[in-house]
Amino acid sequence: MMAFTFKPLGLASVMLAVLRREVSLAMRQKGEVLTPLVFFVVIASLFPLGIGPESALLLRMAPGVLWVSALLAAMLSLQRLFATDYADGSLEQMALSPTPLGLLVAAKALSHFLLSGLPLVLMAPVLGLQFGLDSQALKILMISLLLGTPTLSLIGSIGAALTLGVRGAGVLLSLLILPLYIPVLIFGAGAVEADAAGLGASGHLSLLAALLVLSLFFAPLATTAALRISLE
Amino acid sequence: MKIRAIHWFKYSSPQNFYFLAGRLWPWFAVLAAVLMAVGLWISFFVAPTDAQQGQGYRIIFVHVPASQMSMFIYMVMAAWAGLGLAFNTRLSGMMASALAPTGALFAFLSLITGALWGKPMWGAWWVWDARLTSELILLFLYLGFLALQSSIDDPRRADKACAVLALVGVVNVPIIYFSVKWWNTLHQGASVSLTSAPSMASTMLTGMLVMVVAFWMYSIAAALARVRCIILERERHTEWVKHAVE
Repeated sequence: MMAFTFKPLGLASVMLAVLRREVSLAMRQKGEVLTPLVFFVVIASLFPLGIGPESALLLRMAPGVLWVSALLAAMLSLQRLFATDYADGSLEQMALSPTPLGLLVAAKALSHFLLSGLPLVLMAPVLGLQFGLDSQALKILMISLLLGTPTLSLIGSIGAALTLGVRGAGVLLSLLILPLYIPVLIFGAGAVEADAAGLGASGHLSLLAALLVLSLFFAPLATTAALRISLE
Repeated sequence: MKIRAIHWFKYSSPQNFYFLAGRLWPWFAVLAAVLMAVGLWISFFVAPTDAQQGQGYRIIFVHVPASQMSMFIYMVMAAWAGLGLAFNTRLSGMMASALAPTGALFAFLSLITGALWGKPMWGAWWVWDARLTSELILLFLYLGFLALQSSIDDPRRADKACAVLALVGVVNVPIIYFSVKWWNTLHQGASVSLTSAPSMASTMLTGMLVMVVAFWMYSIAAALARVRCIILERERHTEWVKHAVE
């Protein structure tokens, strides 16, 4: 008889494996990565068309507009975070695996950040230039997005897990998640404005980091609970 | 020494609770009606006219209890939700979903009355004051809860998913409140605030307290009456329901 002995994988290597899987899946369908990015650019470009080309007004609105656009773009790809894995059964395998589901969920949220948050961070300065932000404001904007978008992915994963396999999941997801995004929006856009007002952005950035730490701890727990409910 | 055991869990069965709620809710409804009549009488005829705000201030007799209840009901709802997840009791989820519409109603009422008060006092229907904004977000949280509830067909799964959402929401409510508050101070929004209002005459305070208790009674009565309907709906396949509705 052959004995099946598995060498248990280390937690870090499991998380790395999940990350690698997500990234390679996304690379095979590049549209999935590019669509939110294009969406971000389009939404941010619509605002000047709606408001008018006055540069003083646009400069004043830029942080808020860019942050709201980033928020919507990050949400666009959330629905697929678990949906495809749910459809092909691999989510159940993850739930059954000896690795804590919370870690796998955290890895998936991290991959969501890498695939949809990070491109936004890199794209934001280009859009910021169109709104006339100076280099200092662009720097703060990038830092605030870098600290804020992982929180968006983590909080969003709760919503994605709750609406898994539910009627009208897309609209429902935004209704559930957008109110919870408000603190991130306030501190993210506030950082740039506070810096422009000469108050210094460190307070807002610290709060963004605090939100990130808080959601890094709690969001995988809530997401795991929600996933187990959906998989019942 | 003889200790009489109280069967706390007896009423966690929907069947027993259905009859208990059926006995209780008319009392709360009567109390609510009486107290509301007394409270409205005090607030319209007994309480003096405010020196600064004239007659318009009288809407706070509805506004303050409504906003209090809207926040408190969310906490109670989350507590039921947590109980339901911890003990896996069916009734807890039913209670949470029975409370949600009442809470949403009060959040809406508080926003409407706030707007009606704000127009003559502040000169605007809406200002982006920290309290108003967080009340609006609270209404969004209620609407999300109700939407999630209605879009999942299996009631047990809906209860559990909504429980997770309510708990996430209740953790977020203070964060949202303080972020909105700090946002507001940064932006220098409304300079008028309720906290700077002059201290109230004692009849005003009495009227307010009576109205608060009346709203409590109404909420309890409405939740109990609604949970009875939910129980009947979900337990319709059982024998006792067939007897109960006959």
